[in-house]
Amino acid sequence: MVTESTLEKVLAAGHLAVTAECGPPRGAVPEKIREKAELLRGYADGINVTDNQTAMVRMSSLAACIFIRQMGLDPILQMVTRDRNRLAMQSDILGAYAHGIHTMLCLSGDHPHFGDHPMAANVYDLDSIQLLQTVRGMRDQGRFQGGDEILNPPKMFVGAAANPFADPFELRVARLAKKVKAGADFIQTQCIYNLEKFERWMAGVRARGLHEKVHILAGITPMKSAGMARYMKNKVPGMDVPDEVVKRMAGVPKENQAKEGIKIAIETIQRLKAVEGVKGFHIMAIEWEQKVPEIVQSAGLYPRPQL
Amino acid sequence: MITAVRKPMEEILEYVSPYKRILLVGCNECVTVCAAGGRKEVAILSSALQMALMKQGKTLEVREITLERQCDPEYVEELATEIDRVDAVVSMACGCGVQEVARRFKDRAVFPAVNTLFMGASERHGVWSERCQGCGDCLLGITGGICPVARCSKRLLNGPCGGSTGGKCEISPDVDCAWQLIWDRLKQLGLEKRYEEIISAKDWRTSRDGGPRRIVREDLE
Amino acid sequence: MEDFEPVIVAFCCHYCAYTAADMAGSMRLAYPANVKIIRVPCTGKVDVIHVMQAVQKGADGVIVAGCLEGDCHFKNGNRKAAHRVASVKRLLGEIGVEPERVEMFTLSAGMGERFAQIASEFTDRIRQLGPNLVHRRAIKTDPPGANPQAVEKGDRPT
Repeated sequence: MVTESTLEKVLAAGHLAVTAECGPPRGAVPEKIREKAELLRGYADGINVTDNQTAMVRMSSLAACIFIRQMGLDPILQMVTRDRNRLAMQSDILGAYAHGIHTMLCLSGDHPHFGDHPMAANVYDLDSIQLLQTVRGMRDQGRFQGGDEILNPPKMFVGAAANPFADPFELRVARLAKKVKAGADFIQTQCIYNLEKFERWMAGVRARGLHEKVHILAGITPMKSAGMARYMKNKVPGMDVPDEVVKRMAGVPKENQAKEGIKIAIETIQRLKAVEGVKGFHIMAIEWEQKVPEIVQSAGLYPRPQL
Repeated sequence: MITAVRKPMEEILEYVSPYKRILLVGCNECVTVCAAGGRKEVAILSSALQMALMKQGKTLEVREITLERQCDPEYVEELATEIDRVDAVVSMACGCGVQEVARRFKDRAVFPAVNTLFMGASERHGVWSERCQGCGDCLLGITGGICPVARCSKRLLNGPCGGSTGGKCEISPDVDCAWQLIWDRLKQLGLEKRYEEIISAKDWRTSRDGGPRRIVREDLE
Repeated sequence: MEDFEPVIVAFCCHYCAYTAADMAGSMRLAYPANVKIIRVPCTGKVDVIHVMQAVQKGADGVIVAGCLEGDCHFKNGNRKAAHRVASVKRLLGEIGVEPERVEMFTLSAGMGERFAQIASEFTDRIRQLGPNLVHRRAIKTDPPGANPQAVEKGDRPT
């Protein structure tokens, strides 16, 4: 065990891990975070808090993580390199660790083009891979990226995202290799609907032994409706939703579509359990956190190991 | 070259409205190539300004001149003979030229007539795209001749991100994914192995982040 | 305005539009005398500044007439002209001059009737729009002798 992260404990003990996601509010409303996190209590080994997702201003991931920590739960600090330079990021990591946050995810972040402040200056002082290197350097060498020693260096269990469905496909295993080389302890993938493509990616990952160097958590997002399926298929870059999934959702009357979406999510988890190298699941039920308990239970992942 | 586009007429007219006589100065280099501020564009803007003012019942005297460059003091000096005949100067050069004219002729207001955009290259006549950000530490040698600082929307040095779609950037189907281009080029050159070498955090001191930059070449002084 | 007779300048390419105008003449087809023809080898020769200065110097309307799409004697001069005319229209719009005062037309050498039709319909359009106030107002309000034209480097102001 390198850190005090609950996620690391669960994975190290050989269990399938479960993480879930929480989006902070678009205002200074802590109750919203507390409500969502409370729904997940006992059902996840770590709770991701997104960082100005889709470049829309929300309460900072760090602040929301602190609220979650104060509830005795395990937040996962998501940090994008779009909005902060290396000083601010290292500074926030120190603050997070000081508040008892032990797990984080390094991302580049969606371009501001999509968000509510397209006029903002982008930072991108570092990219996600350089941030991974920075976090590992802080933890393992006890030094800031600039070289100076850190007082009580933060020991973060650090992860990154992977998208087997983005282009070009032939690079997606190599990019994972780079993130592993940069020091990722765990990976959370983009949500999976195209199981065939995911399994192809995993085959490439296993061929290089990467599944033994990093813990891969498969991303799962339940569909709420056929409309959502279509939207994700056509409007979201880097998302792969096969026609069969859209058809299946649309083939059911509207009032039953949400149930069908949950069914598909549970079936996906069951199928992925059998894929060698999948070490757990990252359930992103955005604005639908109340369904996570049902999914975790029906997928046979409840109760969570108490370590 | 440095690219630019003419400012909206409304803005330029607001600048010249207090004056009766202006000097409209073009530049024979970059802004000529991108058809924003060369001799032709000077004539066109001059005509447009005069017509706009005639419509208001006013007159505007426009003296037109196009310098070889506006970013060298020797060329800017050529305006000295004209400057007393005008009340203000409108420069169609890039921001560098506008500033040099302003620096030399301190008692004349100098206005920009174009918005300077980027350092780029011609895809074909009439289409120019961004190529260089002047980061001061060129890494084109390890990215197959394609710059991720200028051409990746997120200036990732270890891209592509998860939004790359069909060789295009997530922000627009009109923008190439720089990392797709880099990967294709590395393949063509048989340099696939280079892709997995991590490019470490960049030292931005050589870029504008280190402060406004200056080159002094003593061997040339 | 009752006695307003538009002044219209028509840049006509030698191979098609000018020949069509000629044909209209030899067919004794009447078209308005308002239309003053300037023969050019190809409409591709007409640049933005030519159209701008025509309007600036008093034309109430400007026609650019070239060969039909695909038939330009010089391959794509007519397409370049069309883009330039569009550009002039946008620029005129920005300074408050009606973009409809400038138009591109295409026709073939044998279309004498079409030429006459273009000339008379365009003249009507301009008559509806009224005089080009860019020039007329200046003439009305400035004292005689004032000449609001561009001054080239080295010229003495008049």
